[in-house]
Amino acid sequence: MGEPLLEVIDLRVHFETDDGLVKAVDGISYTVERGETLGIVGESGSGKSVSSLTVMGLTRARNARISGTVRFDGQDLLTASDEEMRAIRGDDVAMIFQDPLSSLHPFYKVGKQIAEAVRAHREVSKAQAWDRAVEMLGLVGIPEPRRRAESYPHEFSGGMRQRAMIAMALANDPKLLIADEPTTALDVTVQAQILELIERLQSEFDTAVVVITHDLGVVAEMADEIAVMYAGRIVEKANADTIFAAPEHPYTWGLLSSIPRLDSPRGEELVPISGRPPSLINLPGGCSFHPRCPYVREAHKRVDPTLDEVPADPNHLVACLLAPEVRRQLWSELRTGVAPDEARKDVMTEEEVA
Amino acid sequence: MAAYIARRLIWVVFLLFMITLITFVIFSVLPSGDPAVLRAGRQPSPQLIESIRHQFGLDKPKPVQFVNYIGDILPFLGHNGFYFGFSYQNQTQVLPEILNRLPNTIFLTVGAVLLWLSIGIPIGMISAVKTGSWLDRLLMSVALIFISAPVYFLGLVVLYLFADDIGKFPLLPGNSAYSQATTFWQKGEALIMPWCVLAASFAAVYARFLRGNLIDTLQEDYIRTARAKGLSERRVLFRHGVRAAITPIVTLLGLDIGILLGGAILTETVFNIQGIGRYAYDAITNSDLPVIQGTVLFGAFFIVTMSLIVDILYAFIDPRVRY
Repeated sequence: MGEPLLEVIDLRVHFETDDGLVKAVDGISYTVERGETLGIVGESGSGKSVSSLTVMGLTRARNARISGTVRFDGQDLLTASDEEMRAIRGDDVAMIFQDPLSSLHPFYKVGKQIAEAVRAHREVSKAQAWDRAVEMLGLVGIPEPRRRAESYPHEFSGGMRQRAMIAMALANDPKLLIADEPTTALDVTVQAQILELIERLQSEFDTAVVVITHDLGVVAEMADEIAVMYAGRIVEKANADTIFAAPEHPYTWGLLSSIPRLDSPRGEELVPISGRPPSLINLPGGCSFHPRCPYVREAHKRVDPTLDEVPADPNHLVACLLAPEVRRQLWSELRTGVAPDEARKDVMTEEEVA
Repeated sequence: MAAYIARRLIWVVFLLFMITLITFVIFSVLPSGDPAVLRAGRQPSPQLIESIRHQFGLDKPKPVQFVNYIGDILPFLGHNGFYFGFSYQNQTQVLPEILNRLPNTIFLTVGAVLLWLSIGIPIGMISAVKTGSWLDRLLMSVALIFISAPVYFLGLVVLYLFADDIGKFPLLPGNSAYSQATTFWQKGEALIMPWCVLAASFAAVYARFLRGNLIDTLQEDYIRTARAKGLSERRVLFRHGVRAAITPIVTLLGLDIGILLGGAILTETVFNIQGIGRYAYDAITNSDLPVIQGTVLFGAFFIVTMSLIVDILYAFIDPRVRY
């Protein structure tokens, strides 16, 4: 195993804006081992994209205050020069984005854009880069790649465009692929194909993958480890199996309960998480999830939870002020389909109710 | 594409016809001096006026006059070549006079275009890349000044300062220089000030426009992708950013060229350049209908043609556009 490929330690990314200091990422830590998959799950505004863009060095704007450590393959990325980061981007670390139509330049042929990525990092001729582009398009399952490389992005379908983006990202055989909402803009059936493609390429080239999504279903199969982010912090992190079998954070419970199920009876209401994501300028005091938490106590409004290990499982971290036994009891109720309010009444004593 | 061009050409013909008609109607309706009287000179006798009227075909009903005019313009309708009539003011034929003056207008236009592009585009790019900096603010303030200053004002100021006959700092040929210049280089030198004056406000407009466009373009997702690929910032800016941001400027440029070829009236007047604009201006002052119609037709032709060229060009620049 050796050293992890990517180590993020207490990363903070704050943006100074006219409206105030936006704490997009407020102290997160995670690691990604070589060849493994990490899923980062959270709503819009949770900081999941910003953290990955920062790893790539794409948030070095004038008003950004970045602190912490990001170590990739032994090199500290936050203190690396712009030129060093440019050399890493697209070569050792690659990223694909949510909307492949707007993420590809409309005026250039697809093959040209892939070849451009190759020539940015390899001393090859235009013809060789073009061949590599065609090879990659074939690898991602695009039929007639040599002909298709001459097409423009708007001439591809959504799924093919995302495949092309993956081809472009993997053209230089990166050690880490960051996929930011790779399937959100696609039809469901195409989503499955794309995820399958990423998995296949990952095992073929031993690439580590970070999948960022708001959809737990997307990472259910792919991820080895899942980190749940809320309001710029990681609120729970565990093996993928544990997250689905024995989650311990009310937000994770909410995410799981809100997934519509194929086998639920017709007409059954969806169970959303009430409320909205908080402003990253004016975070709620104490636990940042407390305004939306069905199990909130008075103390939770003042005390900031820390990310601690769960008693039985050192790989499972959760940031919640509820006692572990309480959490386990609540989950055992919720997983049988009991509504959150009912579960709370059953498990928790009613003193100190918020 | 060929079908599109054919359709557009038909539209061009139709537009030019409509413009000619409208011009004719306007000047028929406006109260202006009777051209025959103007032509006749001092204290004309009624017979003289009548004979002049007949000579110019002014005694025929208006619609007939119009039809005759159209027939004369088009070649092969009973006579050879294009015939644009005689100026009411002097006996010169309109078409040769326009063609005589056209090179001057073209020279003025081409020089100004090259100048404003080479100033405006770099400034627009610098401002966009360094948005919010003191340099950006300075450049945009200067641009605002040049947009606001009218051409004739700027022209007179420049003459006052730099003309070698009357200026404070005699550097450049004064405003009679162009009409007196003979060689190409002399003419070019005489045009330096007009070029600067004409280019000033256009450069400012283009700089501001490109700045806004480029700032928006640099927010696009494909710019983020280009950076994520590890491309150099220079390549991202030029090949990805400017390449996308410049397309509306091509359209704008085409139209501006079309308009200027129809005559930069103010510049030509201030600097005494015998171009189409000056010709038109004089004709309007003298209610010289054939000249007005001729210059309007030329101007419209240039604008409409440049518009067509630019639209076709757009299809080559932006592959998403298909006709």
